[in-house]
Amino acid sequence: MLNTIDQIFIKAKQIILDILSPFLPEWMMILISIFIVIVTLCVFGPVVMMYLTLLERKFIGRMQNRYGPNRCGIFGLLQPLSDGIKMFTKEDIVPQKADPFAHFLGPITVIIPSLLVFSVIPFGRNMIPSDLSIGILFFFAVASTSTLWIFTAAWGSRNKFSLLGGMRAVAQMVSYEIPMLLSIVPALLVVGSFSTVAIVNAQEGLQWFVFTPWGLVGFILFFLTGVAEVNRCPFDLPEGESEIIAGFHTEYSGMKFALFYMAEYMNAFSVSALVTTVYLGGWQGPILPSWLWFFAKTFVLISIMMWFRGTFPRMRVDQLMGFAWRGLLPLAFINLLAAALWVHLSFPLNDILSFCILTVSVLMIYVANRKVAPKKRIYKYAYE
Amino acid sequence: MTLFQFLATTAFYAAMLGILIAAALCVTVRNLFHSAVFLAFTLIGIAMLYFFLQAEFIAAMQILLYVGAIMTLIVFAVMLTSRMGNPAVPQSFKNKKIVFLPLGLVGFILISAILKTPWETSEPQTAVNAVTLGKALMNQYVFPFEVVSLVLLVALIGAIVIARSE
Repeated sequence: MLNTIDQIFIKAKQIILDILSPFLPEWMMILISIFIVIVTLCVFGPVVMMYLTLLERKFIGRMQNRYGPNRCGIFGLLQPLSDGIKMFTKEDIVPQKADPFAHFLGPITVIIPSLLVFSVIPFGRNMIPSDLSIGILFFFAVASTSTLWIFTAAWGSRNKFSLLGGMRAVAQMVSYEIPMLLSIVPALLVVGSFSTVAIVNAQEGLQWFVFTPWGLVGFILFFLTGVAEVNRCPFDLPEGESEIIAGFHTEYSGMKFALFYMAEYMNAFSVSALVTTVYLGGWQGPILPSWLWFFAKTFVLISIMMWFRGTFPRMRVDQLMGFAWRGLLPLAFINLLAAALWVHLSFPLNDILSFCILTVSVLMIYVANRKVAPKKRIYKYAYE
Repeated sequence: MTLFQFLATTAFYAAMLGILIAAALCVTVRNLFHSAVFLAFTLIGIAMLYFFLQAEFIAAMQILLYVGAIMTLIVFAVMLTSRMGNPAVPQSFKNKKIVFLPLGLVGFILISAILKTPWETSEPQTAVNAVTLGKALMNQYVFPFEVVSLVLLVALIGAIVIARSE
C-alpha cells in the first residue's frame, strides 16, 4: 500500500503508456513517454509559481497583522487564477525608445533556464525527469545563463533605472555564484558523483548531510547564497523599489512582467529543491511517501525565504558584496577542508575535528569582519 | 527504429543550421549588444551539440564557462562603454577592408587544417567523464595543472594590486 502511494506518479505514467501501446508504433511510444514528462514539468512550474505567490501574500499578510487575499474562493484560493487572467488581458506596453529586439527577448529567454533546471531535480524515489551524470553541474550551468537575459531585458528597456537594476543583478550574481558553487563542493566530495540521484542515495536512513558539522555549514552557506542568487529579500537589490523603481523590470507590463515574476518564483522553488536534495536528504525520510517528504522539506525552505522577507530590511550594496567576499567565501573554503578531513578520518575523531575547525573559523571570520569603530576622542584642551 | 534515428539526425542538422545562422547574425548585426546576444545563442547551440553527442560534462562546462562567465565579461564591457546604449551613434563597417586580410588568413589556415584532419573514427569512443578527467588532472597532468593555478593566482594578485592603487 505504502509502496503504491510512493510510486503513484510513476504508475500513472505507466498506465497511460500501457493504454496507448497497442495502437502506436514503438518510436511513437518513446516520444510520448518523453512528452509526458516535459508536459508535466511545464505545467508543474507555473502552477507551483501561482500558488507560491498566494502563499507568500498570505504569509507576509499574517506577519504584518492582516489577512492577505481572501476574496476569491475560500481562503483566496482562486486569487492566482484571477491574477493570471488580469495579466493576460493587460496591455503590453513597449516604450518608444526601447530596443524592441532585446525588450522582447529578455522575458522570454529568462523563463527557459528556470524551467530547464527542473529536469535534474529528483522529486521522489524513481521520480527524476532525467538522471544526468552531471546533474548538479547542469543545474548551475543552466541557472548561470539567466543573468545574461536579465541584463538583456534591462538594456533593452533603455531606462536608466532598468540599467542600474541589470548592473546590480549581474554584479550580485557574479559574486554569489562563487560561494554557491564552493558550498556544494563538500557534498560532491563526500558522495563522489555529480548525479543528484547518487547524492540523495548517499543520505539514506536519516543520514542527511545537514547532521554533520560540514553539512550544517554547507547547508547554511548554500541556502543563503541561493536566496541571493534568486534575488529574494534581503538580497533583492536588483529590484530595490525604494531606490530604482522596480529594477530590471521597470518597463514591463502585462504578461511580460508576469514572466519575470514566474521565473523568480520558479527559481526560488528550484533552489530550495536543490538545497533539499543536497543537504536535507532529498526524498529520504521515514513512513511518509518519498515525494511528500521532498515537497515538505522544499516548502519549509521556501517558507523560511518568506520569513526572511517579512523580517529583514534590504542590504546595502557594500554590505551585500562584503558579506559574499569576506564572510561566505572564506567559510566555504574552510568548509571544504573540514569535509575532506571528515571523509579521511574515522568516526568519532572526524566529527570532533571538523566541528572544532568550523567553530574556530566562524569565530575568526566574525572577529575579522567586526566593524572597527575608532575610539571616541576626548579633547582635553580644545575648549580652554 | 530508423524513423527515430532520422528524426534525431534531422534535429541535429537543424541545430547546426541554427548555430550557423546565429553565428552569421553575430558578425553582421549592426548593434554590438545584439551581436553579443547572438554570440550567446551560438555558444548555447554548441553546448546543445555536445549534449546530443553525450559529452555532458563538456556541454555543462561550455555553458558554465562561455555563457555564464565570458558572456558576463562581455556584458561588463557593454556596461562600461558609455555610448553603447545610444542609438544615435552610427555603428558602421568602415574598417571592413583593413580587417579582411588578417581574417581571410586565419580563415584559410583554419579551413585547411580542418580539411587535412582525418575525421573518421574506427569505433565509437566513450566520452570523457568527470571522474577520469579529475584523475588525469591529479596524476598525469598535475604539473600543467599547478602551473595554470599559479598563473591564475598571479593574475588574481595583480588584479588586486591594480585595483588598490588609487
